Amino acid sequence: MRRKFSMKKITFLLFLVSFVSVAQHNEKTDLVKPTEEKSLKVTIKEYINHHLLDSYDFGLFSYTDDNKEVHHIGAPLPVILWDGGLKVFSSSRFHHGETVAEVDGNFYKVYHNKIYKTDAAGTITYDAEHHATNVKPLDFSITKNVVFIFLVGLLMFLVFSRMAKNYKKNALPKGLGRLLEPIILYIRDDIAIPNIGQKHYKKYMSYLLTVFFFVWTVNLLGLTPLGVNVTNNIAVTFVLALVTFVLTTVTANKNYWGHIFWMPGVPKLMRIVLAPIELLGMVIKPFSLMIRLYANITAGHIVLMSIIGLMFIFKSWIGSPLSFGLAFVLSLLELLVAALQAYIFTMLSALYFGSAVEEHDDH
Amino acid sequence: MEIPAELLSKVGAGLIVIGAGLGIGKIGGSAMDAIARQPEASGKIQTAMLIAAALIEGIGFAALFAA
Repeated sequence: MRRKFSMKKITFLLFLVSFVSVAQHNEKTDLVKPTEEKSLKVTIKEYINHHLLDSYDFGLFSYTDDNKEVHHIGAPLPVILWDGGLKVFSSSRFHHGETVAEVDGNFYKVYHNKIYKTDAAGTITYDAEHHATNVKPLDFSITKNVVFIFLVGLLMFLVFSRMAKNYKKNALPKGLGRLLEPIILYIRDDIAIPNIGQKHYKKYMSYLLTVFFFVWTVNLLGLTPLGVNVTNNIAVTFVLALVTFVLTTVTANKNYWGHIFWMPGVPKLMRIVLAPIELLGMVIKPFSLMIRLYANITAGHIVLMSIIGLMFIFKSWIGSPLSFGLAFVLSLLELLVAALQAYIFTMLSALYFGSAVEEHDDH
Repeated sequence: MEIPAELLSKVGAGLIVIGAGLGIGKIGGSAMDAIARQPEASGKIQTAMLIAAALIEGIGFAALFAA
């Protein structure tokens, strides 16, 4: 039984590796053959910018064939719009942003990664600052990021509920639980208890564990050539930080509010000065959480892809190994950063929760 | 001579990154010292170091975004 299971794992790994190598190979051919009007540098820049954005389809790679036709390999995803009624259609109707999609007599076009309502010809009108003035319908589309958020959520649910069930039978964890148990214990004993305190830590544990494993998994997925970049999206980190902010504010006790509006232990005049600063601090704390995670992961992806892109610019015996080596070392560093950022986010969240439920009033 | 604002903001961002780098370097160095003095407290020192470094890093990134 055990052998069978490991065979399954090996097959899966092999499949993954072959898949990855195919994806990477084709990425490169796409870069090496730029279209006539674009220089190589512009192509690489566009490629990186494209990678950093969310998209309406799950594109694995695209390539240009001998007839100069660009082929995209991937899967279309559902587009869900609210525009005087629910409109659901496949993103394949956009043909990667090249054509106008007609749905129930309305026309939609993707322009700069956003969906606009247009006429049949797909005209986009601009204001003086070259911003599109077309109507933007409310967009609830299942984009690439959303798919991976769902997938990671489902994966975590399955893995952890199975682990939890296992503990009811015997105290020793099995399989993946052996890897994850020390991490969970670490979060409890070294993050939650010291920062929040023995009395209150339990009610925050579920959030801390969820946010740690979610951010970590998603960051690691971002390092695979699947082109996933969930934490590269400031909206995702915004929501994560918002949850921390809401939890802190809702569960805060009177000492927390006392420290904000009427700081104990300082002169009266200072208390009036400190109140707005502390109020601002309430917002700045989750804001810095949001920016830190977003910027770290985005910066990592940009640098990594730029270094890989250098290979195609240098095209020499020295440049390619150099950029390969750098990219390799940087990938290892990014593995560390992926875990570190998840840790920092959890840690600081715990710190903020701790300040919200702190009880002693002696400082 | 007119200096373009864009250039100035970039120089400012550079200055802030230098400051953040120095700050994180100082934290790392001090943490090393502290661990050398009290190896048994290394876990606690590391945690405090990471928090302080993360806070400074946040300022650095905020500067980069403002620029």
